[in-house]
Amino acid sequence: MSFVTVVYASLFYIAAAVLIGGLTAKIVQYARTPAPLKIPTTPAPTTQGGVVLRLVREVVLFESLFKGNKWIWIFGWVFHFGLFLVTLRHLRYFLDPVWLPIELVQPFGIYGGMAMVAGLAGLWARRVLVDRVRYITGPSDHLMLALLILIGLSGLGMTFVFHTDIVAVKQFFRGLLAFSVQPLPADPLLLLHLLAVATLMIIFPFSKLLHAPGLFFSPSRNQVDNPREKRHIAAWAKRLEQQQ
Amino acid sequence: MAKAVFEVPELKQYAEIPAVVPGTMSHSSPFLAKPEIQEPLGFAGALMDDWQEKAIEKMGDLLGKYRSLRVYLDSCVKCGACTDKCHYYLGTNDPKNMPVGRQDLMRKVYRRYFTLAGKFFPKLVGAEDFTQEVLDDWYSYFHQCSQCRRCSVFCPYGIDTAEISMAAREIMDHIGVGQKYCNEIIGKVYKIGNNLGLPGPALADTLEGLEEDVEDDTGVAVKYPLDRKGAEILLVTPSADFFAEPHVDGLIGYGKVLHEAGVSWTLSSYASEAANFGMFIGSYENMRRVSQRIRKAALDLGVKRIVFGECGHAWRVAYSFLNTLAGPWDFLDPRYPVPQHICELTYGLIKEGKLKFDKSQNDDMVLTYHDSCNVARGSRMGDVPGGQFEIPRAIIKAVCNNFYDMDEETIRERTFCCGGGGGLLTDDLMELRVKGAKPRVEALNNVMQEKGVTHMAAICAICKSQFTKVLPFYGMEMDQIVSLHQLVSNAIVLTGQETEDTEDENDEADEAA
Repeated sequence: MSFVTVVYASLFYIAAAVLIGGLTAKIVQYARTPAPLKIPTTPAPTTQGGVVLRLVREVVLFESLFKGNKWIWIFGWVFHFGLFLVTLRHLRYFLDPVWLPIELVQPFGIYGGMAMVAGLAGLWARRVLVDRVRYITGPSDHLMLALLILIGLSGLGMTFVFHTDIVAVKQFFRGLLAFSVQPLPADPLLLLHLLAVATLMIIFPFSKLLHAPGLFFSPSRNQVDNPREKRHIAAWAKRLEQQQ
Repeated sequence: MAKAVFEVPELKQYAEIPAVVPGTMSHSSPFLAKPEIQEPLGFAGALMDDWQEKAIEKMGDLLGKYRSLRVYLDSCVKCGACTDKCHYYLGTNDPKNMPVGRQDLMRKVYRRYFTLAGKFFPKLVGAEDFTQEVLDDWYSYFHQCSQCRRCSVFCPYGIDTAEISMAAREIMDHIGVGQKYCNEIIGKVYKIGNNLGLPGPALADTLEGLEEDVEDDTGVAVKYPLDRKGAEILLVTPSADFFAEPHVDGLIGYGKVLHEAGVSWTLSSYASEAANFGMFIGSYENMRRVSQRIRKAALDLGVKRIVFGECGHAWRVAYSFLNTLAGPWDFLDPRYPVPQHICELTYGLIKEGKLKFDKSQNDDMVLTYHDSCNVARGSRMGDVPGGQFEIPRAIIKAVCNNFYDMDEETIRERTFCCGGGGGLLTDDLMELRVKGAKPRVEALNNVMQEKGVTHMAAICAICKSQFTKVLPFYGMEMDQIVSLHQLVSNAIVLTGQETEDTEDENDEADEAA
């Protein structure tokens, strides 16, 4: 067992633990924090089904962002949809046999990788070129984009230029799932790619990447507009009533 | 009032996104509340010695009580979609008036004390200690947010800066840094019953005067009852409706509508205020205490329904929060929504054909309609989403011949705040109010040029007061802002009322005979 394999196996176990543990803790925290008042941004759906549709439109189409700014929408949507295709493509490293839909999505995953990088480049350009966005951009925002672009470019690099032994890569990850560590090819680009991915997993629960679970818990988006029909009251507010 | 000591923004034909100019409004701060104003609301009288510690403690408390605050502080990705959406940014160029810029004033403190990244890598994630300098920025810029929620429409996560500025004001009140205007007003509600401090006898006197005016005008004895027990409807309206122009013309209109509806109704001297400034300062306790007055008035008077007059944030509190704060309303007539907006009531009567109008009475005006921010984005009217946009417009069209909407980008859910909402309607913030009104006034100016619009109707006491004051800065007339029910009042033909038209018709009938 090579040193690199041990390091990367440990790294991915740690990264997975931090990602799952950290995200679970955050989701539990969001779920447990009450929303004492009805604050959906209106006009808002008046039924639970309507709220589900509203959230689906936000998640799939980025509806509010579309209303807000077409440039950010196009770059942001292209990046996220690209990332989604790339993620589907990568499922082949974890599944055996590979499901038919995942097989079918493989070529689109490559376009997804390109789209992802293009979208990220557009978002980064805005951070430099638009004075308002430049003002609100901090070091961590640049680093996040750098990290994601690094992931995208190193991945595309392996697809088109410096191929790696993907059969071995698959055995490595399948092995991790089965708690049996298999050798990882020591190609520099692969190691860079995986290091960047593990870093992303680790910082996810501590960074603005929390926007992913955050959207589902946003009271302005996930509440039903029915305050007159149904009394809404948080437990801590209820206690105020009992004091009197 | 003194003439402007600041530059009034120039109105353009097309809205422009201004370049960032840091610090243009850092000098803008409202007057501080004195201890005698702070203490009756349950707040520290003056800045505490250990304020920093107490403020962080309070922030922790609020983070545990409000999911909105927690999720909104975590979720922002700094995409920039909100940066050109705030009327205060558009009017002042100050980047701390961009919604995200304003939120970051709190986010940097949150990150420093409540997140791992901010504890270990403050520079990297823009985390900062809560210093006196940061507190000064808070006091300045969290009093440059009118809590209009326009930013939340465009945010991909629905982050609502209003929630953050409310929390910031609650934290500042807690450590003894309160705003005089809001807190003094809340104190007046507790002591006297309304924001303006009008005692019961003054209200009775005013209402009696209105009855005389309306009777002189129409020949019909329309009543404006106060504290009448056993009335069916309790009308709760902003206290500005009792005397300010054009507000009072709206109140006259409500009375005429209720008269024609044939229902008994009353105002209450105890709950003589629809507004609830507890919301502006983010204080659940104070908002609840103000709301409870309405419950008590409804119980004491034995009414069956509650109807709210024209007031924007009051309607948000009424529609969205009243059931939470002062419900359940099981002692009221279940056939009607609680509370009901006066526009819902008027619209219902129009649909039933119970009101008769002479639209020509409004022919001296060409109208547009200003969607008040808190009605547009924080409430609803009627049964379907968006009723808050359609119902007022339907009423205007039923009572006026000439109506044109402003640019779509500036109305309905995208409407601009008047610039005076959220507890900023005070003379010590006049520069902010004038500059913040720019996007709305610009859109108004364009329909005036293109469609010949002469007047703008609104259903919010703050909007009406704000425009009355700021329109002259832009070279417009203060009376170009009108109450929606003022239009109704002008056009309504009361049963038994002698009008010019009916006289004409009688003449024609005579001739035909």
